[in-house]
Amino acid sequence: MKQFAGFIKKEFYHIFRDVRTMLILFAMPIAQILIFGYVVTNDFKDVHIAILDKSKDNVTKEITNKILSSGYFILEKDLSSSKEIEEAFKDGSIREVIIFEPNFAANLEKEKTANIQLLADASDANTANMIVNYTSGIIYDYLKKENKDIEMPMQIVPEVRMVFNESMKGVYMFVPGTMALILMLISAMMTSISIAREKEMGTMEVLLVSPLKPLQIIIGKVIPYVAISFTNAVTIILLGYFVFGLPINGSIVLLLAESILFILLSLSLGILISTIAKDQEVAMFISMFALLLPTMLLSGFIFPIENMPDVLQWLCHIMPPKYFIIILKHVMIKGTGLMFVWKETLILAGMTLLFLALSVKKFKTRLE
Amino acid sequence: MLPLIFVLPIVMLLVLVNAANFEMKNIDMLIVDRDISQTSRELISKFEGSPFYRVSYGSFSDKENSAMLTSDKCDIILNIPYGFEKNLVRENKSDIQLQINAVNSMTAGLINAYSTSIITKFNLHVIAKWKNPPKGFKNKSINITSSYWFNPELNYKIYMVPGILVILVTIIGMFLTALNIVREKEMGTIEQINVTPIKKYQFIIGKLLPFLIIALFELSFGLIVGKLLFHIPIVGSLLTLFTFAGLYLLVSLGIGLFLSTIANTQQQVMFMTFFFMLVFILMSGLFTPVETMPKWAQNVNIINPFYYFIKVIRMVLLKGSSFANILSEIYAMIIYATAIIGLAIWRYRKTV
Repeated sequence: MKQFAGFIKKEFYHIFRDVRTMLILFAMPIAQILIFGYVVTNDFKDVHIAILDKSKDNVTKEITNKILSSGYFILEKDLSSSKEIEEAFKDGSIREVIIFEPNFAANLEKEKTANIQLLADASDANTANMIVNYTSGIIYDYLKKENKDIEMPMQIVPEVRMVFNESMKGVYMFVPGTMALILMLISAMMTSISIAREKEMGTMEVLLVSPLKPLQIIIGKVIPYVAISFTNAVTIILLGYFVFGLPINGSIVLLLAESILFILLSLSLGILISTIAKDQEVAMFISMFALLLPTMLLSGFIFPIENMPDVLQWLCHIMPPKYFIIILKHVMIKGTGLMFVWKETLILAGMTLLFLALSVKKFKTRLE
Repeated sequence: MLPLIFVLPIVMLLVLVNAANFEMKNIDMLIVDRDISQTSRELISKFEGSPFYRVSYGSFSDKENSAMLTSDKCDIILNIPYGFEKNLVRENKSDIQLQINAVNSMTAGLINAYSTSIITKFNLHVIAKWKNPPKGFKNKSINITSSYWFNPELNYKIYMVPGILVILVTIIGMFLTALNIVREKEMGTIEQINVTPIKKYQFIIGKLLPFLIIALFELSFGLIVGKLLFHIPIVGSLLTLFTFAGLYLLVSLGIGLFLSTIANTQQQVMFMTFFFMLVFILMSGLFTPVETMPKWAQNVNIINPFYYFIKVIRMVLLKGSSFANILSEIYAMIIYATAIIGLAIWRYRKTV
């Protein structure tokens, strides 16, 4: 037992000696949460536009003012002819051109109808769609005020309630995702690389001939990473709670227990990878492409799974982070208990056992 | 290494482009129709006819319905209260309730927009059918016609493909370079090279040149794959694109070289590049527009190489921007490349 304690101590020294990696390990979750919280938002604001006003009368000025004072748009250029439009788009700074037809106010007064043309730079299709919707919304709003004497008949009024997230905060989405990503990164990637490193350097042989049993070696290797991962998980929960006001509606004990289950799963995956990979480079590439990209893309972290083609949806079903993210959302946000997540929990536990069994099998054959 | 060069771009394009999609489809809607009138059925048929929705009927128990929402069996509940049609005719106003699962605020926003626009359209249709417009004088109206330039079908994929090519090229330029040099360090073989009569600059050029060529080759290969699989348009000149790509690669190779001078093990390089790539990719405007980011983030983008190339590759490929349009980005790249390669060579001398 004393030898084992010594071995664990050695592993901790190994990790803490490498200050740069340590720094990144602890800075990564914080930086990621802050970036997701403040930078990658869906706020719609400060879109640069140009206006081609062929009429220049009171009404067009009023509409222009209304559009610019909405906070969504910034006037970049006042164009004077249609020839300038293409060049303005190609320069890349503007995303929309609003064109008022000649005699706009006169037409609106006499014929009761006038024309506005919106040209959007649709190379970014989603944003273009939003820009056109927002602009039309503002123009219709102006029109509504102009027509306010006439009451609209038979209004259907939809009352919308955003369940679980009244104020539509982005944190509800990215805190669970970041947790899955960071735990996967540290547990699986670090473990697999550090074991592969011992193999590559030949020091694994030294460990194997020591009086420690192979199981003890593996356990000793992973214990420091369990500690680091767990610290990071707690950091992320605290950051989400204190900085972004993400509630923890369910039981904290269940939340932490599920986190530990996922850490164990990632570790067993890491061990499995290290038994397959012969050196660090291979271990890294397997971790990168089999773990990180899927965790980011195929787990429902950023992009909703339902929108993907069927083949990718099938891939999503075998990705452990998917289930962990579902569990986190249930426990943290919806405040439900084990009742709602027992299926996902069982899947994670089953996967852990499978990976462990596979790596034990692989490990033995390697020793013979 | 060789299979990686060909497999990587295809896998990345196929997976990333198909996964990175914000278009909504298959919205699961649970309908609770307590009115059971002709109008309510018509409204429901509008949702049933839409390709975005999968409609099913809920029970009249609120508790059961919200359990459906909690267990993710549906995304939205549409509740049509008793007296919906009657109120509409008698009081000229009628309420319906939408409950949307908003854990993912982004999709919740989209679902809300789709659903309310279907209801608004239906409302106009009902008004036209039941009542003649008030006579006497006509409403003022403004016709808004919108046209979408450069991508009339609003195809999200042709926007993603160029951005993903940038990531691909950078992985090779920055990541593999750094890994390669540190590997020599870790193995101790760099000492052997240092004692040969090879000059420092010869060593550095010798190390960087293969990666520059491989990365440019990857870009062309990725463009061909993108063209064949996703039919991305190539409006601008390829010469412009490749000139800029060359400059950009000098920057990423420089960063890779610089990282390799501060790291001692492959594990460190791996984590450092991974950390910077994650931060830079998220801030680059690949997924969300740069203008919507806070000012400080936009300032950070000045040192974000991804930001420049993602912007330029989209401009050139999709809009056909020319040299003159991207001049300021070209200057930025030249300054950046000089600075980072200078810094890397300076650091490299010190470590040897």
